[in-house]
Amino acid sequence: MALDKPYKDVPGTTIFDAEQSRKGYWLNQFCMSLMKAENREKFKANERAYLDEWAMSEEQKQAVLDRDLNRCIALGGNIYFLAKIGATDGKSFQQMAGSMTGMTEEEYRDMMIKGGRSAEGNRYLGEDGDAQPRHQPQGKAHEPQQAAAGKKVN
Amino acid sequence: MAKITASVYTSHVPAIGTAIDLGKTQEPYWQPVFQGYDFSKQWMKDNQPDVIFLVYNDHATAFSLDLIPTFAIGTAAEFQPADEGWGPRPVPKVIGHPELASHIAQSVIQQDFDLTIVNKMDVDHGLTVPLSLMCGQPQAWPCPVIPFAVNVVQYPVPSGQRCFALGQAIRKAVESFDQDLNVQIWGTGGMSHQLQGPRAGLINREWDNAWLDKLIADPKAAAAVPHIDYVREAGSEGIELVMWLIARGAMADVAGGPAPKLAHRFYHVPASNTAVGHLILENQ
Repeated sequence: MALDKPYKDVPGTTIFDAEQSRKGYWLNQFCMSLMKAENREKFKANERAYLDEWAMSEEQKQAVLDRDLNRCIALGGNIYFLAKIGATDGKSFQQMAGSMTGMTEEEYRDMMIKGGRSAEGNRYLGEDGDAQPRHQPQGKAHEPQQAAAGKKVN
Repeated sequence: MAKITASVYTSHVPAIGTAIDLGKTQEPYWQPVFQGYDFSKQWMKDNQPDVIFLVYNDHATAFSLDLIPTFAIGTAAEFQPADEGWGPRPVPKVIGHPELASHIAQSVIQQDFDLTIVNKMDVDHGLTVPLSLMCGQPQAWPCPVIPFAVNVVQYPVPSGQRCFALGQAIRKAVESFDQDLNVQIWGTGGMSHQLQGPRAGLINREWDNAWLDKLIADPKAAAAVPHIDYVREAGSEGIELVMWLIARGAMADVAGGPAPKLAHRFYHVPASNTAVGHLILENQ
C-alpha cells in the first residue's frame, strides 16, 4: 500500500521527505562541504571541477551552476543545505527565498513588509492564488535577467 | 527537587541574530521586533533560572544527511556556536548541564521516548538566537543550557501529539532530579514561514494567532493539529511549531495542576521571511 502524502497538492511547495532526501543525498552533502572555508575557496575557484568531485547527477550540477534553487529542490535539495551555497555567494535567506518566486529582491521584500504572501488561493493546487503553477514566474526578476543575457550575446 | 517554573516560546529567525550581531536592532525595520522582547529581557533578570532546557532544531549544521535523529539531547559540558557558512555568531559558548541532561535522558528513555544522546555538538542559530533575544548580549549566558534538538528538516517530523507527550515525560524527569533547581523549558522556531518554492514568503497571521490561543488555553487541541495543516496554513517551515508543544507539554496544568499565567505575548510580521511569535507562561 502506498504511503499517504497529502502534501503533494500544496502549490509551489516541495516537502523534503525521505524520497526527496534519497534523491538529493549527494547534492545536499556537497552543500554541507561548503561549511568549511577551504572548500568554499575551492568551489569558488573552479565550480565545475569541485562539483565533479561529488557523485551528483549532471542535472544537479547544472542546477547548482545556474543557481536555480527551484530546480535544486526538485532534484532533492533542501533549503537549509542549499543555504550554504547562498552563504558562499554572500546571499541572505531572504534573497534565496525570493529568488524562487520570480520576484526581484525589492518586490519580495515589499511583499514581506506588507504582511507576506496570503494563504488565500494557495492552499490547494487548482485554486487561484499567486503561488499556483499557472501564475509563475511572479514579479519582474526574469525580465531584466533576459535583457542582461541578451546583452552578453550581443 | 528540580522544578519547571516557566516556559518561553519564540521564533529563532537567523536574520534576527545577524541584526543583533551587527548592531541593527534600532533600525526602523528591526525596532518593532526587538521592542517585543524588552519585557522579556527584564523578565529574565527577575526570573533567572538555574538551567534552561532549550528545544530547537538544527538547520543542517551539526546534523547533515549522514545522521538524522528525531530527538537529540545534548549531554556535553559545553557547546560551541557553529559556523553556519557565514562564520560563527559572536556569542558566548553554551555551558551545558551534563548531570541533569543525563538524568533526563535516562528517565525519558525509560518512559519510551528513544532519544539520541549527543556528547559532542555545535549549536546553530536555532539555539543561540532565542538566547540573544531573551538575554541580550552578555559576556556569558546567565545559566547552563541543555540543548534538545528536534528533526523538523526531513519529513516526517514528529507529530504534535508525540511532542506534547514528550514534554510531559520531560516534566516527570525534571521533577525526579534530587537537586533543587529552577528549570525553564523553551520551545523555539516558527511561526508561519516558507523558505522555498514559488510559495515562499507565505505568512498566515490569523492562523498563527488562533494557534497561539489554542496553545495557551487548550494545548491538547493544539497538539491534535496534523502535519498537513501546518504545511498548508503556516508554510512548509511553519511545521517548526511542533517544538513549542514539547515545552507546553511540560507545564503543570497538563498534569492536573493550575493553568499557567500568561506573562507576555507578542506577534510581529515580518522578520526576513518569517512571522515572529513569542509567549511566556509561568507555572502558578
